[in-house]
Amino acid sequence: MTAFDWVAQILGILAALLAAPLFLGWVNQCRAWLQNKSAPPLMLPYRGIRKLFHKDAVIASNASPLFRLAPYVVFGTMVTAAAIIPSIATRLPFTRAADAIALVGLFATARVFVSLAAMDVGTAFGTLGARREMMIGFLAEPALLMVIFVASLIGATTALPQISELLATQSLALYPSLAFTAVAFTMVLLAENARIPVDNPATHLELTMIHEALLLEYSARHLALMEWAAALKLFNYVCIGFALFIPWGLATSQAPFVLTLSLLLLGAKLVLAGAGIALIETVSAKLRVFRAPEFLATAFLFAVLGLLVRLLLGA
Amino acid sequence: MTEPLSSPLVLCSLLLSVWAAIGFTGLIRPASVAFAGRTLFSLGALCGAALACVAATSLSASPEQIVLPIGLPDLPVHLRLDGLSAAFLFLLGATATGISIFAAGYFRRGEGTPPGLMCLQYHLFLASMGFVLLADDAYGFMLAWETMALSSYFLVTTQHRIPEIRSAGFLYLLIAHIGAIAILLSFGVLQGGSWQFTFDAMRGAQLEPAWAAIAFLLALFGFGAKAGLVPMHVWLPEAHPAAPSPVSALMSGVMLKTALYGLLRVTFDLLGEPLWWWGLIPLALGLFTALYGVIFAAAQTDMKRLLAYSSIENIGIIFTGVGLAILFAGTGMHAAASLALIAVLYHALNHAFMKSLLFLGTGAVLHATGERNLGRLGGLIHRMPWVAWLTLVGALAIAGLPPLNGFVSEWLLLQSFLFAHELPRAFVNMLLPLGAALLVLAAALAGYVMVKFFGVIFLGQPREAALRTAHDAGIVERIGLAWLAIGCVLLGLFPTQVIPMLSRVIQPLGFSGLSLDERSWWLLVPLPQRQTSYAPLVFLAVIVAVVLMTIAAVRFFYHQRVRLGAPWDCGFGRLNGRMQDTAEGFGQPIRHLFNPFFAMVRELPSPFDLAPRYRVVVGDRIWRGLYLPLGALVRRIANAVAWLQQGRIANYLLYSFVTLVVLLALVL
Repeated sequence: MTAFDWVAQILGILAALLAAPLFLGWVNQCRAWLQNKSAPPLMLPYRGIRKLFHKDAVIASNASPLFRLAPYVVFGTMVTAAAIIPSIATRLPFTRAADAIALVGLFATARVFVSLAAMDVGTAFGTLGARREMMIGFLAEPALLMVIFVASLIGATTALPQISELLATQSLALYPSLAFTAVAFTMVLLAENARIPVDNPATHLELTMIHEALLLEYSARHLALMEWAAALKLFNYVCIGFALFIPWGLATSQAPFVLTLSLLLLGAKLVLAGAGIALIETVSAKLRVFRAPEFLATAFLFAVLGLLVRLLLGA
Repeated sequence: MTEPLSSPLVLCSLLLSVWAAIGFTGLIRPASVAFAGRTLFSLGALCGAALACVAATSLSASPEQIVLPIGLPDLPVHLRLDGLSAAFLFLLGATATGISIFAAGYFRRGEGTPPGLMCLQYHLFLASMGFVLLADDAYGFMLAWETMALSSYFLVTTQHRIPEIRSAGFLYLLIAHIGAIAILLSFGVLQGGSWQFTFDAMRGAQLEPAWAAIAFLLALFGFGAKAGLVPMHVWLPEAHPAAPSPVSALMSGVMLKTALYGLLRVTFDLLGEPLWWWGLIPLALGLFTALYGVIFAAAQTDMKRLLAYSSIENIGIIFTGVGLAILFAGTGMHAAASLALIAVLYHALNHAFMKSLLFLGTGAVLHATGERNLGRLGGLIHRMPWVAWLTLVGALAIAGLPPLNGFVSEWLLLQSFLFAHELPRAFVNMLLPLGAALLVLAAALAGYVMVKFFGVIFLGQPREAALRTAHDAGIVERIGLAWLAIGCVLLGLFPTQVIPMLSRVIQPLGFSGLSLDERSWWLLVPLPQRQTSYAPLVFLAVIVAVVLMTIAAVRFFYHQRVRLGAPWDCGFGRLNGRMQDTAEGFGQPIRHLFNPFFAMVRELPSPFDLAPRYRVVVGDRIWRGLYLPLGALVRRIANAVAWLQQGRIANYLLYSFVTLVVLLALVL
């Protein structure tokens, strides 16, 4: 590891930190366009975070230290995940610290802390949100594991950088199994990031919300951190998707030119992915909470199909 | 034996005898809590720590044997210490240390049984578990095994004046003995006609494949009954809530592992080369057990029953690993088999620490509040911060979250599942990845269960007024909890130190072991050819660094005030503790999703009820579908043969005469 690797690593983390709210803004803008609404400014998520940081925090009088600690832990895990996921380059110092399964574990840690914090104040919404969030979590994880399984069958490892390097260096080989798993992964991504059809990020209607119910008691800087962490989570998931399914353009060395190119390509991919998410959210309707298992079971079946295609046909 | 006292085997057996002696010392002043509770349990903890040290140093030593001239004539007791025994002795010693420290502070009021007698039962239980691990002949093994079952039976029925506890104890004893019969029969098959019941003779016996399979199945049934494998799991959720918390911790954390030890000993040591298809049975049973246990855990409202079901889940995970190890070993995939078996041992060790920690946590809560029912707890993190934060470590660990220990072993197991497609058996290699998905489902559900467990007990608002005066655990109890919590953290952070030791443990059993890169003490790469890596220390360091930097940055740039206010109540007035989700409510999605698993009886109010009442009783289908009919059958058979008992001496003499004639005809 040279000093330049570390510089590249820190730049990568900073890029993720800065790009995550922007990506969320882009998705919101695309969605507004598709729904014939006047779009909010691209920079709105930044403004929201900035505004929240400048406010006095109001905390429920019966909140425990866990409640105040949780936003930092959640934000910390998401930044750690951003450091580990090969979003720009595959050979950075931290990319070896965890494989894809450990990344799933990292996201689970964040989810557990969010849910515990939501239960801490003891309101009906908090516990309701916690139990729904954990339910979506345990339904999504098997599907996500199957996706990783298929990718690891192709790459003979569960390490994301190795899988993307392998896939990127082949001469545009298209794997049908990966196509199935890409569908499954997209569905998991939507569910895990509280997007339509599982949750509606724009709602505060008590009976349907999940993500917003978890954050109901947070305000000011704690809320800002939680929102930023949520944006980072979406960004991280999209980057995992890129690493698995469209890894072309990831830098395999730390030369400044290559890194810049890979950064630009990442931007282009993000623009497309954001538009894609907005499109899915526009054409699908929010499901009832108890239809979410069916949605995620479908994701699981797609991943299993991918697995069978890989095992039976070797494709 | 040239240097008797420096031999680890002699040291181990001496330490186990010291445990038994400590137990008997308790009888000197049986009613004194200060003597039997405080002093002797602390001594027992020291003894446990010493045992753990001795065992840890002899993990990779060559096996040694001694023959003790005690027991029946011509049946001396053989003891043997090898890597496998040492690994489990370490588990026993290290876990018992924490539990005994906690128990020294816990048994202060005397719980039914006088403390001195309790001390005897407790330490005999510990010593017998140790001798189970050291025994090297079927006779000694069964002796220790039965002592373990009996002493734990008396510990379970400490509060024997309560009828439910007596019946829970009876159920436990019954299933323990049915299991013991199967184990005995298995040893009978294993000796293979030589009529030598030492384990050495069994290692040498050449069994035909069919007999070997029968021995394996009997052992699986017998040890599975002790471990709580579905459908023999029914005693666990009854016995664990009945027992005092340190005893539950020992039973769940250690005793279930002695059953695992027995199965590993029979399968990989006494039987020699297992056949690949044997593995399918523990694998399928294990996966089903894991899912079944965790689903029921999510639906429980009693905190100790919840943990008991969670133990069933973890036993399922462990048996899944055993199945995989047999499957891979039987098809010659050595690296994968080693990985699976190391995952098994690692998870057994992890589960011992984390489940003991959780059970002791519930014990502290039980002492502070007198409540086991989740529906009457809540908000205890304010009154019992020490117990709450230490229990949180255990809860996060058992939920399988990095960088704690539960994650490491589940990660290893999933890594070994990734070899499944290389199995040279059609269908099996395609079905196994689905098994991995089931395992992940169970692990993710464990997260759900732990959020429920921790959230309902420690977070939120108190559901009862009495909880506002609950007291935190005493200093001695905190030390016991902290010991186990530190164990959870260390096992999670240093897998690179633990795995090479476990690798040396399994090598004498015919496994290749894993060759880790010794230089990278922070980066775990179990299989160099796969390049898969995991670095828990980096994980923790980065998370902690980022958290600290964020806190510092937020403090530095934005020092806005924090105001305290009322939580959001939708404008309807003051919230109270009864408006939170209950434990039943938290289990509702699970009951809805996994409806076929539960036998539910619902009482729904009609719209015209003046005093509407909603009640749901969640039952175990296996209990109703298997055990109750079985019990009825036994009773019917008993009734049918009851006519033999006529109460006239002439008839009984006739029975004796007929028996004698039949036996003579057989013998002559």
